[in-house]
Amino acid sequence: MNIYDVVFYLFAAITLVSASFVVTTRNIVYSAFCLLFTFFGIAGLYVLLGADFIAIVQIMVYVGGILVLILFGVMLTNKITNIQIKSGTLQLAPAVIATALLAATLIKVFLGTEWKIVKTEATDKTTAFAIGRLLMTDYVLIFELLGILLLVALIGAATIARREK
Amino acid sequence: MVQVGLNQFLIVSTILFSLGIFGIVTRRNAVMVLMGIELVLNSANINFVAFAKFGNFGLSGQIVALFVIILAAAEAAIALAIVLNIYKTFATVNVDEIDKLKE
Repeated sequence: MNIYDVVFYLFAAITLVSASFVVTTRNIVYSAFCLLFTFFGIAGLYVLLGADFIAIVQIMVYVGGILVLILFGVMLTNKITNIQIKSGTLQLAPAVIATALLAATLIKVFLGTEWKIVKTEATDKTTAFAIGRLLMTDYVLIFELLGILLLVALIGAATIARREK
Repeated sequence: MVQVGLNQFLIVSTILFSLGIFGIVTRRNAVMVLMGIELVLNSANINFVAFAKFGNFGLSGQIVALFVIILAAAEAAIALAIVLNIYKTFATVNVDEIDKLKE
């Protein structure tokens, strides 16, 4: 067992343990903070997969953007002073059985499939340069469309959030 | 503890996906449902990046993962705006109690 495996199991444990806290803890603020560790763990998995740029984007967008947005959502939609901040669960037993079956089926399919694995040699080059080139050549249409989408989402979110009386 | 390959990443992403689905179907708070959706999107992203690495597909998997992150950001902004509006209208974000299309 080499250092790569140890780091992988460490990040996988961080991700899965904190993700299970996210969905099981009754206090929604704890959920939001556990989500922070989940996102960091996933960023670590990206680094192990050689996707350094995606890992940085994960931390910047998810931790810096989406998580702050979710925390704003938690704070603005709950009365912090009363007990409302604890959010209940419903249909626990059927949900556990259904999601366990789903996970078991997916894992069985993944393990039962002969994936074509091509050996690639590890490089120490950053992927940012190549991703930037691809975004401006092969994927330029999607890149521009996503820019427009983000603008539309920005205007739409602002319009929805402050409703005219 | 076996040698880490494609399967280990797929198992991690599968468990993450199931936890996300579990959060979506069991939690009452609309913001919690959003967190479940984020977990599901992240698990899909791990699969994209893992297949791109082990299948030697170059950078296309990473670029799709980048697009998924952008869409997740747009989705979170819109969804939280809707949740805030629901809270203003119904004074609750419990998804069970929001069953009216009109005020």
